[in-house]
Amino acid sequence: MLDPTVREYGSWGRYPRLRPRAVVPITWRDELPDLAALPGSVLPYGYGRSYGDSCLNEGGTLLDVSGLNRFIHFDDQTGVLRCEAGVRLDQILATFVPRGWFLPVTPGTKFVSVGGAIANDIHGKNHHVAGTFGRHVLRFELVRSTGERLICSPAEHADLFRATIGGLGLTGLITWAEIRLKPIANAFIDEEQIRFESLDEFLALSAESADRYEYTVAWVDCFVGGGRYVRGHFMRGNHDPSPERPKRLPDRTLRLAVPVDLPGIVLNTVTIRAFNTVYYHRQRAARVRKVIPYEPFFYPLDTIHAWNRMYGRRGFLQYQCVVPTDGDNAAIKEILDRIRRAGQGSFLTVFKTFGDQPSPGMLSFPRPGVTLALDFPLQGAATLRLLDDLDAVVRASGGALYPAKDARMSATTFRASFPRWQEFARYVDPHFSSSFWRRVTSEDGRSA
Amino acid sequence: MSTATTTPTVLIIGATSAIATATARCYAADRARFFLVARSPERLAAIRDDLLVRGATQVDTYALDLTDLDGHAAMLAAAKAALGRIDATLVAYGTLGNQQQSEASVEATLREWHTNATSTIALLTLLANELERQRGGTLAVISSVAGDRGRRSNYVYGAAKGALSIFLQGLRARLRKAGVRVVTIKPGMVDTPMTAHLRKGPLFASPERVGRDIYAAMRRGRAVVYTPGYWRLVMFVLRAIPEPIFIRLPL
Ligand SMILES: Cc1cc2nc3c(=O)[nH]c(=O)nc-3n(C[C@H](O)[C@H](O)[C@H](O)COP(=O)(O)OP(=O)(O)OC[C@H]3O[C@@H](n4cnc5c(N)ncnc54)[C@H](O)[C@@H]3O)c2cc1C
Ligand SMILES: NC(=O)c1ccc[n+]([C@@H]2O[C@H](COP(=O)([O-])OP(=O)(O)OC[C@H]3O[C@@H](n4cnc5c(N)ncnc54)[C@H](OP(=O)(O)O)[C@@H]3O)[C@@H](O)[C@H]2O)c1
Repeated sequence: MLDPTVREYGSWGRYPRLRPRAVVPITWRDELPDLAALPGSVLPYGYGRSYGDSCLNEGGTLLDVSGLNRFIHFDDQTGVLRCEAGVRLDQILATFVPRGWFLPVTPGTKFVSVGGAIANDIHGKNHHVAGTFGRHVLRFELVRSTGERLICSPAEHADLFRATIGGLGLTGLITWAEIRLKPIANAFIDEEQIRFESLDEFLALSAESADRYEYTVAWVDCFVGGGRYVRGHFMRGNHDPSPERPKRLPDRTLRLAVPVDLPGIVLNTVTIRAFNTVYYHRQRAARVRKVIPYEPFFYPLDTIHAWNRMYGRRGFLQYQCVVPTDGDNAAIKEILDRIRRAGQGSFLTVFKTFGDQPSPGMLSFPRPGVTLALDFPLQGAATLRLLDDLDAVVRASGGALYPAKDARMSATTFRASFPRWQEFARYVDPHFSSSFWRRVTSEDGRSA
Repeated sequence: MSTATTTPTVLIIGATSAIATATARCYAADRARFFLVARSPERLAAIRDDLLVRGATQVDTYALDLTDLDGHAAMLAAAKAALGRIDATLVAYGTLGNQQQSEASVEATLREWHTNATSTIALLTLLANELERQRGGTLAVISSVAGDRGRRSNYVYGAAKGALSIFLQGLRARLRKAGVRVVTIKPGMVDTPMTAHLRKGPLFASPERVGRDIYAAMRRGRAVVYTPGYWRLVMFVLRAIPEPIFIRLPL
C-alpha cells in the first residue's frame, strides 16, 4: 500500500526532524517561481535520500523538484541523455537498460534524482574505475535566484560547474542535466562473493580486484574483534558480456514494506549481532560466483520499502568517512576498535576502496582511501559522543566525512574535510541555504 | 506519416496532467503514436520530447482550452487526421476547485461544473459518435472516488465527477454493440500538482502507480477501475454508511 515515491519532506535517517516553512512544487522548467520572493531561504529537494540535514531547510522553503521528471533527448549513438533534474535513477534504468544502456555511476539505492546525484557528487561500487557521478555530467542548466539561467559545463561557467557538482544544492536550482550512459550487453552482473577475515585481506582483495572488476564493495561485521579486526564478504562484479542474456528483467514491484515505525528495541546490539552472524554464515563456501540480475546486486535494500523505519521513531545516524590508506591503516583499526568498545552496533557496515580519479567538485567527498559507512541507531548522547570521537580520528588521518550522510559533524570537522569550503562559499546563491550549511558554517557548528 | 499497424494510436485530452503523463509513458514503451491536447504549447512540447525519448513513434500536439466547447470538433478532426483510427482515448483534464469558494459564489460553482462535467460531457458526445462510426476503440475517462458519494468537503467537485460517472455508465451500455469499450477510472488520492496543497498521508498514491493501473485497465477494457485497487473497498464501506450517520462524519 505504501508508495515509495510519495513524499514526506524528511531525510532518510529521520533525524533531525526539521520542518520547512513552505514547500513549492516545481513542475515545469519554463514556469519557475521568483526564487528571491519565496519565504526565507530556498533549497532544492529531490527524494530525501540523504540521511541527515543536507536536504532540509528548517524555517525556509523547499523546492520540490520531483515534478521535473521528463526526458528531453537521447542520442543512441553516444549514450548522451538530457533529462530534467528530478528524473529518478530508477526511471532511467527502466527505460534504458532494455535498450542496452546503464548508469555511469549508481549509489546503493535507485530512488535518487539526477539533481541530487550531482549535488552530492555521488559515488558507487565502480569508483575505482569511473570516479564520481559528476565526471559523467556533460552540462546542466543552473537557475540562480536572480532569475539568471546559466548553462554550466567544463567550458562554460566552469567555476559554477565545479561548485555545483557536490555543491549540496546551495549554488542554485539545476533544472536539467546531460549525462553520459554506458553501453551494456544485458541486464546481468557476473558476481563473485568472497569471505574475508581481516582488514589486510580486505585490502588485498581490493587491490587485486581493481583492474579486473568494475564493481567492488565489502560488507563487514564490526562486532568481531580481538586482533582479527574485521570479517565480512567482499563482493566484486562485472557486467555480463554475453549478448544472449536478456536486457529486460521481469517487472518486479516492491513487495515488502515497513509500514510503521518499529519500536526502538527491535534493533539493538543483540539483534544486530545476531543479524551479522547469520549474514556472515549464510554463505557456506569461502567463494561463490554467480550471474545475477543487476537489481539485487546494486540495490539489495530497495526491495524493502521504507526500511529506515526499522530504527523506530527516533531515527538513526549514518556515519560515512573516508580515510587515506597508509602503511599500517591505524585510523581504520582505531575507528573499528572504538565502535566495538562503545558496544554500539552497526547493522550494515560497508567498506569500499576509492580510486584516484579526481572528483570534479569543490566539495566532492570521494578521494583516494578507504570509505566506511556505518548505521547507528540513535541512542542519545552516548551515540553522539562516540561519533565525535570517530571524527577526531578521521580528522587526524587527513580524511573526510560525507555531508549526504551527516546530521551532526562540527564546523571544525567540516572545514577539515573540505579545505576548499571558502572558495566554494563564494558561489553559494545568496537566497539559498540549508540546515546543514547553517550548522557547519556557524561558529560552534552545532546550532542550526 | 508512417502507419505501423502494430503500434497503438492514442488520443489524450488533458495530456499535461501528471496522471495522464504517467499513463502515456506506458503506451510510449509500446511505441505508440500520440495526439496530445492541452492548454499550454510549452508544456505539451515538454511531454512530447519525453514520450519520444521513451519510444513513441510519433507525437502531435494541439493547444486548446477544453472549456471552449466550440473548439472541440476541430480538435477531433485534427486528431483523426493525424492518427487515422483512434485505438485508445484518455480524457484526463479536470480541476479540483476550492469548495469554500464554490459555496460562496455561484460563478465559482458553475465554473467547476463547466470544466469537470459540462465540457467533458460535451466532448464525450462528439467522441462517442466518432468511435461508434469507427466501430471500436477504448474510451477511458478519469472520474473520481469523490463522485461516489457527496461529502461536505468537496461536493461540488464530487457532484460533477458523479454526473460524469453516470454519463459514462450509459455510454458504456450504448457503445457496447459498436465494440467500443468505455472505461471509468476512479482514482483515490494521488500526489499530483492538483493536490500539491494537501498534506500527504499514507493513502496517497504516486501518479506512476495510478498511470500503470489505468494503462492496464485500458488494455483490458475494464468497465470501472478504482486505483489503487483498495479504494474499491474503501468506497464500498463509505457508500454503505447510512445517511444520518454519514452526514455527521468529518469527511
Ligand atoms: C539506501 C541508500 C544508499 C545510498 N548509497 C549511496 C552510495 O552508495 N553512494 C553515494 O554517494 N550516496 C549514497 N546514498 C546517498 C544518496 O545517493 C544521496 O544522498 C543523493 O544525493 C540523494 O538524492 P535525492 O534525489 O534523494 O536528493 P535529496 O536527498 O533530496 O537532496 C540531496 C541534495 O541535492 C540537492 N538537490 C536535489 N535536487 C537538486 C536540484 N534539482 N538542483 C540543485 N540541487 C538539488 C538538495 O538540495 C540536497 O542538497 C544512499 C542513500 C540511501 C538511502
Ligand atoms: N490528483 C488526485 O488526487 C485525483 C483524484 C481523483 C481524480 N483525479 C482526476 O484526475 C485527472 C487528472 O488530474 P491530475 O491529478 O493528474 O492533476 P494535474 O496534473 O493538475 O492535471 C490536471 C490537468 O487538467 C488540465 N486542465 C484543467 N482545466 C483545463 C481546461 N479548461 N482545458 C484543458 N485542460 C485543462 C490541466 O491542464 P494545464 O496544464 O493546462 O493546467 C492539467 O493537465 C483530473 O480529471 C482529476 O479530477 C485526480
